[in-house]
Amino acid sequence: MSWILILEQSLNGLQFGLMLFLLAAGLTLVFGIMDMINLAHGSLYMLGAFLASMFVQLTGSFLAGVLLAIPATALLGMVLEVSVLRTLYARDHLSQVLATFALILIINELVRLAWGSDAALPMPAALSGPVELLPGLRYPSYRLVIIAVGLAVALLLYFLVAKTKVGMLVRAGASNREMALAMGVNIRLLFTLVFGVGAALCAVAGAMLAPLLAVQVGMGENILILAFVVIVIGGIGSIRGALVGSVLVGVVDTIGRAFLPILLGAFFQPRVASAAGPALASVMIYLIMAIVLYFRPQGLFPARG
Amino acid sequence: MRKVFLVILLLLAFPVAMQWLGYLFYVSFASRVLIYAIAATSLNLVLGYGGMLSFGHAAFVGAGAYVSSILVAEGVASAWIGWPAAVAAAALLAWIIGAISLRTRGVYFIMITLAFAQMMFYLVNSMKAYGGDEGLTLPRRAELGLGVDLGNEVAFYYTVLAILLAGLYALHRLAHSRFGRVVVAIRENEARAQAIGIPVYRYQLVCFVIAGAAGGIAGALLASHGKYVNPNVLHWIQSGTLMIMVILGGVGHLWGGVIGAAVLLGLEHLIADHPIPWLAQIAPNYQQHANLGVGIVLLLIVLFAPQGIARLLERKRNARP
Repeated sequence: MSWILILEQSLNGLQFGLMLFLLAAGLTLVFGIMDMINLAHGSLYMLGAFLASMFVQLTGSFLAGVLLAIPATALLGMVLEVSVLRTLYARDHLSQVLATFALILIINELVRLAWGSDAALPMPAALSGPVELLPGLRYPSYRLVIIAVGLAVALLLYFLVAKTKVGMLVRAGASNREMALAMGVNIRLLFTLVFGVGAALCAVAGAMLAPLLAVQVGMGENILILAFVVIVIGGIGSIRGALVGSVLVGVVDTIGRAFLPILLGAFFQPRVASAAGPALASVMIYLIMAIVLYFRPQGLFPARG
Repeated sequence: MRKVFLVILLLLAFPVAMQWLGYLFYVSFASRVLIYAIAATSLNLVLGYGGMLSFGHAAFVGAGAYVSSILVAEGVASAWIGWPAAVAAAALLAWIIGAISLRTRGVYFIMITLAFAQMMFYLVNSMKAYGGDEGLTLPRRAELGLGVDLGNEVAFYYTVLAILLAGLYALHRLAHSRFGRVVVAIRENEARAQAIGIPVYRYQLVCFVIAGAAGGIAGALLASHGKYVNPNVLHWIQSGTLMIMVILGGVGHLWGGVIGAAVLLGLEHLIADHPIPWLAQIAPNYQQHANLGVGIVLLLIVLFAPQGIARLLERKRNARP
């Protein structure tokens, strides 16, 4: 039945969207609080995947490998923040773009030196089979785990940002940096901390997506742009916006890829439809972003009052 | 002024010298540098003079490259049709993208221009009739006529050089015209420019369209030079590279794009193709990781010479009485 297909693709979209959220959440905080364009965010995602691959091979356990990769990536992220990025906060966006672009080049080559151009991270055997969610709907259990992890991290992040003292400071920083500074918030420490959390989230996404996608140098570049699209749609600095934006982008992209060729096939020749479908699906998320920006230049959930 | 003539003289003499030394390959490489110089200079008009942080300039270069290539592939080989068509297409695209994007400001402008360029990237990827993601190989370069054979590397070099110099002269005149001063005034203080009655949006849009059109000619030359075009000329990494050339060379400096293109491409080439003996001894495969060196140099430049190389040279000169 076709509704089963639609449901399955929606779940795929949700799964992709939640992983996108992990990237976008860190990016939106860095962007919102520090007013910093960090193109190297995708490199942390790549580092997370490569580290996870290494640790999984070392320990022989998927869970242990991923759990080791997360703090390792967070540490690398904080080192990066303290050593290079910290000096860029006061600079204009142009310098930030240039410096973090340089960091992409550097990190790509360092990863290539350390691990080679690609790495393997096989799916844990226990999770490789499908489960029957509904009669007739068999869904890969690993993807379900990704959805569960994504939701759990989103909840945790919500709790962290909305209910704790640190979260309050983060929100204060995102809505008005100067005022937070004037009230005596230790912004430097807060920045490093936020950066570490962002890097950890990158590692979760990188490690969880690795068995589904290829672990390779350059994997961060394309998903980075998607994460930027998400935070611009959601409103820079807003976690809630990042969540809504991610799920929107994930679902629209996945559903579009699955059904636009079929939809176009009803009107055009199959050859044309199979070529134009995926392209149109890729274009659609950018189209959504352009439309959102045109009508709501601050995004759907503006963080600044 | 004397320095400018010296540079032009050197550029004119370059192919002759290389031919004499037997390094004809470098003439082709220099053509590539000059083409990127045109692209980067066109971006510099928006980025440096206009202060508009466009992160999607590759869209215009790509539009020019594809329109001219498709014409050649369809049998219209004349550059007199292909190149103006490339410019027109890029200008039209810039007008559409600019008209929408210029309603936003700051980071959002960066992102929306990027989004449009990505749309073009995927659009071109889906054009199966013209190679799709594999790209389009051209049977030959465009034909200029007038007894000039663009298949000849030296002739191609001088054609590109002529276009670059014409472009630089146009930019110089533009920057010192009323239009140029208004555009710079908007960059410096948009609210004030608006307040004294300057139609900010219209000026910015015209500036954006001129730069897009110039990017289109660079794209047409790029496709003609390699006799090949693929969707990667529209990838966001390409926009980023052009931006880096401008920042490296000097934002809002007449020669910024030229210097940036020469330094970046030269650096890439130098690291990849010229082994340094002592470094090769320590790390035999270091040339496969040329980007590491490029990245480190870029990072050092942005940290220690944020005004770009052109300004660095000027400052040195001005420091000496």
